[in-house]
Amino acid sequence: MSRRDKLAGEIDDPMVAGALENFKVSVDAWSDAAYNRPPTVVRTARHNWRLAATWALGCMLAAGSLAGGLYERHQRQELARIEASKAAINAAEQKAAQVHAAPEKPVKAATVTKRQPTAVKKAANENEDLLASVDSDVSRQVPAAMEPLAQMMDSNGTK
Amino acid sequence: MAPMRTSTKVMAAGTAVKPMTAEAAEEIAAQDFASIVESHRPQIFRFLLASLRDVDLAETLTQECFLKAHRNWNRFRGDSSAMTWLMRIAINLQKDHWRNRRLRFWRHTQANAIGVDEASDWLPNGERSAEQQIVAREQVAQVWKIVDGLSARQRTVFLLRYVEDRELSEIALATGLSEGTVKAHLSRALARVRAELRGTR
Repeated sequence: MSRRDKLAGEIDDPMVAGALENFKVSVDAWSDAAYNRPPTVVRTARHNWRLAATWALGCMLAAGSLAGGLYERHQRQELARIEASKAAINAAEQKAAQVHAAPEKPVKAATVTKRQPTAVKKAANENEDLLASVDSDVSRQVPAAMEPLAQMMDSNGTK
Repeated sequence: MAPMRTSTKVMAAGTAVKPMTAEAAEEIAAQDFASIVESHRPQIFRFLLASLRDVDLAETLTQECFLKAHRNWNRFRGDSSAMTWLMRIAINLQKDHWRNRRLRFWRHTQANAIGVDEASDWLPNGERSAEQQIVAREQVAQVWKIVDGLSARQRTVFLLRYVEDRELSEIALATGLSEGTVKAHLSRALARVRAELRGTR
């Protein structure tokens, strides 16, 4: 007596018997497939995935730390360059200030004239020459657009 | 004294059926445990898989079932068949699992359980036409839904009868119920199957 016949004898409705038969066949197929599946597949896949993730994270960390170090070095070099240029500008400004401050020492020069009149006169002459040359340089540096005004100033000066 | 109590509990229902002959009991007792595992493991796994719809959990509970059986193998007297004895252990483990799951609800132990529709995909083609195949798949899905809606006891009885092909006396032994109660559970479960299937006609 087959199982189907047995079920048909027990269950009067053939559709219910058929459904239960299909249900059993389905469970058997699923169970056989699950029972015979290789047990290490999931574990291996998870292991590989973890290994890959660890490697990726390690590489990211190494690349990040390297990039950070390079950026820091670049920043320091940039700061040093800026500091150096600032120092150079300050030095140039101090030099220019010293040059401008030189004519403002007539009192000292006067005291010196009492002791060394020729040297003082010589220094005064040098100063006058320097101022004259600066004036001429400045007048030479008047832009073209300001030329009419400069000429007017000259003409006023001559009048 | 606890082990004695467990042994008595396991074998208590043996009084409900005709006891095996002495030769059969000796034969069973003499069987190597390894051969018992080899012959019955797929059936225990199938029952647990159908009950839980979770392959990993079914495997774990099957392992636990045979571990427990191995520990108590010397107490097995052959009052029932080895299969019935193992099935009883599996049913108790399943009950313990559901009890623990209720208590430790945050563990999400059924996270790997597959859905009813997915479970019904497992149907060999056989010699059926495409239309018959579709109808059969729908029927299987319908039965899975009904099984899902049964109480734990009804589900166990239903699966033991219609998936494991166990006799009523064996089901009674494995579940610790009387044959009358088993019949009543089966009758109710079948009535639900019939009503659902006729409703979808």
